[in-house]
Order: sequence, then structure tokens, then C-alpha cells
Amino acid sequence: MRLDRHIAPALLVAAMTAVSTVWAAPFLWTLMASFRPDSFGAAGMASLLPDFAPTLANFRLALESGDFGLYYLNTTIVVIGILGVQLVTISLAGYAFARLRFPGRDFLFYAFLLQLMLVPPALIVPNLRTIVDLGLYDSLAGVMAPYFASAFGTFLMRQAFLGIPRDFEEAAAIDGAPWWAIVWHVLLPMARPALVAFAIVSVTAHWNEFLWPLMVINDPANHTLTIGLATFTRGAEGAKEWGVLAAGTLLVMAPLAITFVAFQRRFVESFVFSGIKG
Amino acid sequence: MTVDAIITADVLDVASKPTVRPRRRQARTWRLALSLLLPSLLCLAAFTYLPVVRVVIDALYATPHGGSGTRFVGLENFARVLADSAFRTAAWNNLLYAVGTIFPSVTLALAFALALWRSTRFNAVVRTVLFFPSLVPLVAAASLFFFIFLPGVGLLDYYLGKLGLEGFNWIGDSDVALWSIVGLTVWKNAGYYMIFYIAGLQNVPRDQIEAATVDGANAVQRLWYVILPALWPTTAFVVTIALIQVLTAVDHVVVLTKGGPSNATNLLLFYIFQEAHENFDAGKAAAATALSVAALLAVSLGCLRAMDSGARHEA
Repeated sequence: MRLDRHIAPALLVAAMTAVSTVWAAPFLWTLMASFRPDSFGAAGMASLLPDFAPTLANFRLALESGDFGLYYLNTTIVVIGILGVQLVTISLAGYAFARLRFPGRDFLFYAFLLQLMLVPPALIVPNLRTIVDLGLYDSLAGVMAPYFASAFGTFLMRQAFLGIPRDFEEAAAIDGAPWWAIVWHVLLPMARPALVAFAIVSVTAHWNEFLWPLMVINDPANHTLTIGLATFTRGAEGAKEWGVLAAGTLLVMAPLAITFVAFQRRFVESFVFSGIKG
Repeated sequence: MTVDAIITADVLDVASKPTVRPRRRQARTWRLALSLLLPSLLCLAAFTYLPVVRVVIDALYATPHGGSGTRFVGLENFARVLADSAFRTAAWNNLLYAVGTIFPSVTLALAFALALWRSTRFNAVVRTVLFFPSLVPLVAAASLFFFIFLPGVGLLDYYLGKLGLEGFNWIGDSDVALWSIVGLTVWKNAGYYMIFYIAGLQNVPRDQIEAATVDGANAVQRLWYVILPALWPTTAFVVTIALIQVLTAVDHVVVLTKGGPSNATNLLLFYIFQEAHENFDAGKAAAATALSVAALLAVSLGCLRAMDSGARHEA
């Protein structure tokens, strides 16, 4: 019994160490392979040991064969464009659902929530036709448009507003402040945690998105990071340049990965918050 | 007071005496509400409601690519899709993929959460490592797995070889390829589901666990009779997002296998993507979309009902 008490936790630590080694192996390999010199051929490429003098040659080759600067720019435009519009639409709609009483409110709320099931990726075919009709084909605006409204964000903001006591607004209303001033000066500052959580979830989702931009974008000048990486991967895989492939993938993962490591707790809390509330 | 302020006062007042409110004020609140919802509603109409209608209409017509001359064909597109062996394979694969992915990733997520829910420094590091794959684009994960799955010299075979084991032709063998895709997906998602279980475990009533321990329940019994029932809402939520995920995320198939070899890794959304983007068969793409949207709705509504009944059991 006593032996059990000491051995069980030790076994658990050992097991979880093994699991996390397996889970981290793909990333360890990416780090090693991207800095490993002489990447031609695959023999020895799989070793996870740092048995080499690091080189930046793979990154140089990756940057030469893929226009990563342009991809970063396009993805940043898409991500910020979507988030900017979303923050306006979800704040307005969240306020309406949390604070106004009007006929048809419940019906409209359910109509919003329908978007949680009819997620945009399932509707790529009809949505592409709509994008073409709107003249947005092959533009970054076309990539962004289906995401301008967010049922999830609206729900999150409604919950956040409902959690704020009405006393603050009543005081401002007595002073003669209009509704929009109350939203801007009272409600939104108090709903900051929800706004931050939504921003993190939205940026992560759209930074990583692939299939929809792939369908909308044709011109290489509009390629986003994920499309660029897919094209680049095909080239590097065909040429069996594994070090270059690793370097290119690392370039795509790096910005989010670094942000995540810096604000780890915020990230995890945001995803949990979004899941529990949404 | 400005008009806006009147409305605001009115809005804040509604809880007390709604019946004596003058009609004009009510109409004003309604107009304000509508204008606040309008930006969202326009976008939802264009990209959520309209597409469902559109896809059903498109499925009933044949449009030759490039030309005009659209004509009504009734259910012919549906018949063509259902008769297409690639579609039937994709539907069957998707079912296997769903079961093969969701069951292990949710079980692992729960196991990880139970192992790591206490906040120690070691657990924090392991949690980070397990969660990290879910932040990486699926395309990037697919790129890395090109090398990992490389026969003979790739990461997987290299280390299996050190253990004296022989690997497979992971994505080249049609009997294995779908399970390789399943493995990639489990690796990517288990840590994501884990964070919901860790959050859920904070809400399991400690006193119930202690009471069960005092009553002589062993660890397995405590898990089965106390912890798992208390985690039911979390499980329902996690399974729901996992189900939506297996129907809507095929980036790894697009990059790694293109549905091959010989359709072994073809999934519904990839089939739709191919019909629309490569074969330019708008009618088939629309009919397949209509079928998969129906599946998506059935699955999510089923999950909602399960969550509801679970919540009622709780209460």
C-alpha cells in the first residue's frame, strides 16, 4: 500500500514524459532538420539529436523558393480585416440581444446560432458562387466576407454584457448619455476579457485556414501563408529537400507559436472560455 | 435629453413596466435593435441562410461548365452522386475516420486531463506540449507528416527501426493510409479536447469524490460512478465539436494524399472540393454539399438533444 503510494505517481510522471516526447517529436524534428546542414537525401535526416553545426542555409533556400513576406502580409490583412469587422458586428448584436427587448428576439437569436452548425467550411461551394456574384473572386475581401458575422462572437458578447450589472448604465443614462456612448465607455471596457478571448480564437482560426482561401484565391499575389506553404511543400517534397520543407513550415508556424509561448495562459483560458460559453 | 438618451432610458426601464410603454417608444426600440443586428444579419443571410437554399436549387439543375444553358434535371444530380463509387467510398471513409478519430482522441483527452489536472510545474509543461499541435495550421502539420510518414528513412520508420519494428508505407498503401490520417488527426486534436476536460474537472464536486472514497470505492469506480457522470456536459460538447471537425476539416487530405491512393483517404468535403474545383461539375458538387449539410445538421441537432437530456439528468 505504502509502496503503491510512491510508485504510482512516479509511473504517471514516466508515462506522461513518454507521451509528451512522442507528441513533441514532430516539432523537435522540424527544429533539428531546419538547422541541419546538407539536407540532400533523407538518410540521417530523421535523427532528433543535435549532432551538427547549425546552418541557416535551409531558411535561405525556403525564402528563395516561397514568397513568404507576401504570404505573411496577405494573411495578416485577412486576419485583421476579419477581426476588425467582427468586433463591430458582435458588439452591436451582442448589445441588442443582451439589453433590448423587442418582438422576435428569441427567434432571431436562434437564427444567429444556426451558424454554429452551418459552419462556413461546409458551404464552400455555394459561398464561392456568391463571392463570384459579388465580384469578390480572387480577392482577399472574398476570403474575409463569409466571416464578418459571428454567431459565436455574438453569443460571447451577449453573455459578457449580461454579466455586467445595470447600475453602471443607469447612472450614465441619467446623465443623458446615448446608448452608443454607454456601449463604448461602459460596457465594452468591462467586457474586455470576452473581447480578448474572441480575438485570440478568431485570429488563430483564420491564420490557420486553408481550404476556403484556396478556393477563392487564384492570383499568386493574393496567396496566404497556408496556400503558400501547400505549394511550397509540394515543391520541397518533390525535390526531397526535407530540411527546406522543415524550414518553410517553421516559418509559417513561428508567429503563432511565439505568441502562444508568450501568452500561454491567456490562450488556453480563451479557448476554454470560448468552449464553455459557446 | 437627446433622442438616444430617451431610448436608452426606455431600454433600461423595460424590466419594470413593459405594459404601459407607449407604442412609439416600443417601435423605436425595435428599430434600434434591428439596425444593431442588421450588419450581422446581412452577412448571415448571404453566407449562411442563402447558401443552403442555393445549394438545393443548384442541385436540381445541370450547368455545363463554361457554357450557359442551365436546365432543370430534378434529382438527377443526386442520383449521379449516389451512383458515384468515389462518393460512396468517401462517405464510408468519413464514417471510419469519424469513429477512428473521435473515440481515441476523446479517450486520450480524458486520460491526459485526469493525469494532468493538478497544477504542478511538470503538469503545466506537459499540458503545453500536448495542446501545442492544435494551434498549428493543419496544412503545416500535413507538411511535417510528409517526412514523418516517409517509408524507410522517415521519422516514424527511423525510430520504429531502432525498436526493431518495421513500419508501413504509411500514406502509400491503401489499406493503411486512412489510419495514418486518423493518427495525424488524433495527435493534432487530443490536446485541444484535453483543455476542456481539465476545465470540466475543476467543477467535479470534491465532496462527492471524497464520500465515494470513504465508502470504499476504488479509483476505477470513482471514475465510472462519480467523475464521468459529472463530466457529461464536457463530453457532449467535446464530441460535438469533434463531429463537426471530422466533417469540415480536410486540409491534411488535400496536402498529403489528395484522397488517394485509389480513394482510400477520400472524405466527403474533399470529394465536394474535387467536384467543384477540379472537375467543375457544379451539379454534383451542389448535390454532395446538400447531402453533407444534411448530415452535419442531423449530427449537431442530435448532439444538442443529447446535451439537453444530459443537462436534465444533472438537474
